[in-house]
Amino acid sequence: MADIRLEGVAHSYDGGRTWALRPTTWTWRSGRAYALLGPSGCGKTTLLNIISGLLTPTEGRVLFDGRDVTGVPTAGRDIAQVFQFPVLYEEMSVYDNLAFPLRNRRRPKQEIDRRVREVSRLLGLDPVLGRRSRRLDPGRQQIVCLGRGLVRHEVAAVLLDEPLTVVDPALKWTLRSKLKEIHRDTGHTLIYVTHDQTEALTFADEVVVVNEGAIVQAGEPAELFLSPAHEFVGHFIGSPGMNMLPAEIAGGVVRVAGADAGAALPDTAAQAALADGEKLPPGPVRIGVRPEFVELGAAPGVPARVSGVDRMGAYDLVHALVGEHPVVARTEAGTAYEPGAAVCLRFPPERAFLFRDQVRCGSLGPLTGKGAA
Amino acid sequence: MTRPDPRRRANRAWLLVLPVVVSVAFTAVIPLMTVVNFSVQDVFSPTDRVFVGLDWFYEAVRRPENREAFVRTLLFSAQVLLVEIPLGVAIAVAMPRRGVWVSVALVLVALPLLIPWNVVGTIWQIFARPDIGLGGWTVANLLGVDYNYTLDSTDAWITILVMDVWHWTPLVALLAYAGLRSIPQPYFQAAQIDGASAWATFRHIQLPRLRGVLTIAILLRFMDSFMIYTEPFVVTGGGPGNATTFLSILLSKMAVGQFDVGPAGAFSLIYFLVVQILCYVFFTALTRSGR
Repeated sequence: MADIRLEGVAHSYDGGRTWALRPTTWTWRSGRAYALLGPSGCGKTTLLNIISGLLTPTEGRVLFDGRDVTGVPTAGRDIAQVFQFPVLYEEMSVYDNLAFPLRNRRRPKQEIDRRVREVSRLLGLDPVLGRRSRRLDPGRQQIVCLGRGLVRHEVAAVLLDEPLTVVDPALKWTLRSKLKEIHRDTGHTLIYVTHDQTEALTFADEVVVVNEGAIVQAGEPAELFLSPAHEFVGHFIGSPGMNMLPAEIAGGVVRVAGADAGAALPDTAAQAALADGEKLPPGPVRIGVRPEFVELGAAPGVPARVSGVDRMGAYDLVHALVGEHPVVARTEAGTAYEPGAAVCLRFPPERAFLFRDQVRCGSLGPLTGKGAA
Repeated sequence: MTRPDPRRRANRAWLLVLPVVVSVAFTAVIPLMTVVNFSVQDVFSPTDRVFVGLDWFYEAVRRPENREAFVRTLLFSAQVLLVEIPLGVAIAVAMPRRGVWVSVALVLVALPLLIPWNVVGTIWQIFARPDIGLGGWTVANLLGVDYNYTLDSTDAWITILVMDVWHWTPLVALLAYAGLRSIPQPYFQAAQIDGASAWATFRHIQLPRLRGVLTIAILLRFMDSFMIYTEPFVVTGGGPGNATTFLSILLSKMAVGQFDVGPAGAFSLIYFLVVQILCYVFFTALTRSGR
C-alpha cells in the first residue's frame, strides 16, 4: 500500500491539440476509498489509466510513496483494475482466473493456493470456485475480476472503472456494500470511477469531482453537497442540481431582479486576493442555491412567479421564474402554490453562494440595515 | 371498411417466397434430383436406360481407384488444415494493428485471394518448373534438391500443397485478423495488469476469442480443399500417375471424360454426403468444446 501522488500530470491523445486531462496535482492517500465522479468523457478513465500505467502521461510524474513510477509498466506497479464490463479468462475456472496473476509471476504452488482460497473466502466465491467463469452472472464475474486484483497482496490500489454498469440494478446496492466491506477488511486504497452521483456519494470517504479534464473539487459527500466550490459541482451533484441565478454586486449588496438578495461576503481565499480585503468587487455574479434551501413566502425577498409544481410524492418541486430565470424550490409534499402565483424567494445565508467564471468567490450573507433599498 | 381476412393475408406470404422457391428449384433441387435419377440407372443413350437400383453406389464404394482418391483427398485436406490454420493465425497476430502499415499489410495478404483459380494453377505450373520457373529452379539448382513435380509424386504433392497454402492461408489470416481486431482493449489491459506474457495473452485471451472465426475458417478450408479441382488439374492434371488425382478430378473424368453418368451420379452423391457429414462433425466438435 502506498500514497499515490500525481505531479502536474496531463494527457493529450492527439499530440497536444486537445487535453483529455489538464495538468493535475493530487495525492491519493493510502487506505482511503475515493470516488472519481464526472460526466462521460471528462477524463476520469484517462486519469485511472495513468495511475495503473496503461497510459503514460504526456506530462508530469506519477509517484508511489515517493518512488517515481511514471515509466514503469503496468505489471510492475501492483495495481488492480476492474473494468466497465467483466474481463475474464472465459474458458478458465474461477479458481484459475484468481490464480492467473500469481502464476504469471511464478509464485510457489502452495502460496498461490493459499492466496486464492483467502480471496475466494473474502469475496464469497467458494461455492463457484470450480465453475467456468463465463457461466457466472455479470455481478459475480465482476467480483471475480476484483478478486484477480486482490489476490496479489502487495497491491497498492484497486481501481474500479464504472464496475457496476453491467450489473442488474437490484444487485448494485448489494455489490456496493460488498465493496465497502472489502475495503474495510483489506484496507486497500480504492478509486472508484463513476458518473452516478449516488454511487459516488454512498461509496466514498472522499469524492473527487472531475470536469473537462480537471479536478474541480474534492471532499466528503456532505461538503460537496453543502458547500460546492464550482458551479459544475453545484449542478452535477444533487437532484435536481443547484439553481444558478444571474445577479449583480453593487456596493457590497447582491441584487437580483431589482431586489436585494443579501450581502456579498467574500470567501476567505478570495478575500486574501482582494485589494481592500473587505468587499467583492462590483459586477455580475451568479447566485447558487440548492432547491432544498430556497425558501418561499411573502415579502421581503426576490419577487418571482410560480410556473409549475412537480408532485414527487415525498416532496414537491416548485418551479418559479425570477424575471426569465428559472429557480426550483423543494418543499414539503402538498404545497399550496399554484402556477401563476406571485411569491418571494429567500436564500438563507451559508447555503447560498456567489460564483464568478464558474468558480465560487463568496457567499450570501444576511442583509444589514444600510444595504436595504 | 372490412378488414382483410388474416388467413388470406398469411397466404399472401407464399407469393413473396415463390421467387426463392423457383430459383432454388432451378439451381439446386432439380439438378440434384437429376443426379439422383442418373445414379440409379444405367444410361446407354438418352432413350435407352435401365433401372439398376443401388448397384452404382456399391460399385462406387468398392472401386479401389475411388478409395485411393478418397484417402488422398482426406489426407490433403488434413494437411491443408494443419498448415493453413496455425500459419494464418500467426500471420494475423503479427499483422500491425494501427498506422499506415495496416492497409499495406491487408493488401499484401489479400492479394493471392484475388487471383482466379486457373490463373493460380498456371502461375504455379510455370513457377515450379525446375528448368524455367523461379521457384522450381531455386529449389533444384540453388538448394540442390532433386526436384521435379512432373516426374516425382512426392514433389507433385508438395507443390500442390504449397500452392494451396500460398493461395488460401490469406483467407484464414484475414478472418483471424478480423477476429483479433474485435477483442475489446480492456482484455489486453487486464492481461498487462495480471502480468501475462505474450504467449499467455495469446493462449488465454486471443485464441479463445478466435473460436468463432476459426470455426468458419476450418469449415471453409475443409470444404474447399476437399473439393479442390482447378489448381491440380492445371498444374499436374492429376499426375504423375494418380499422385494428385483428388476426388473431384476423378469424378470429372468419370462424368465428362467417359460419360459414365450413372456411376458418376452415385459417386457424387456419396461425395456430397461425406462433405456434409464431415462439416457437421467439425462444426459440432468446435461449438461443443466452446461451451
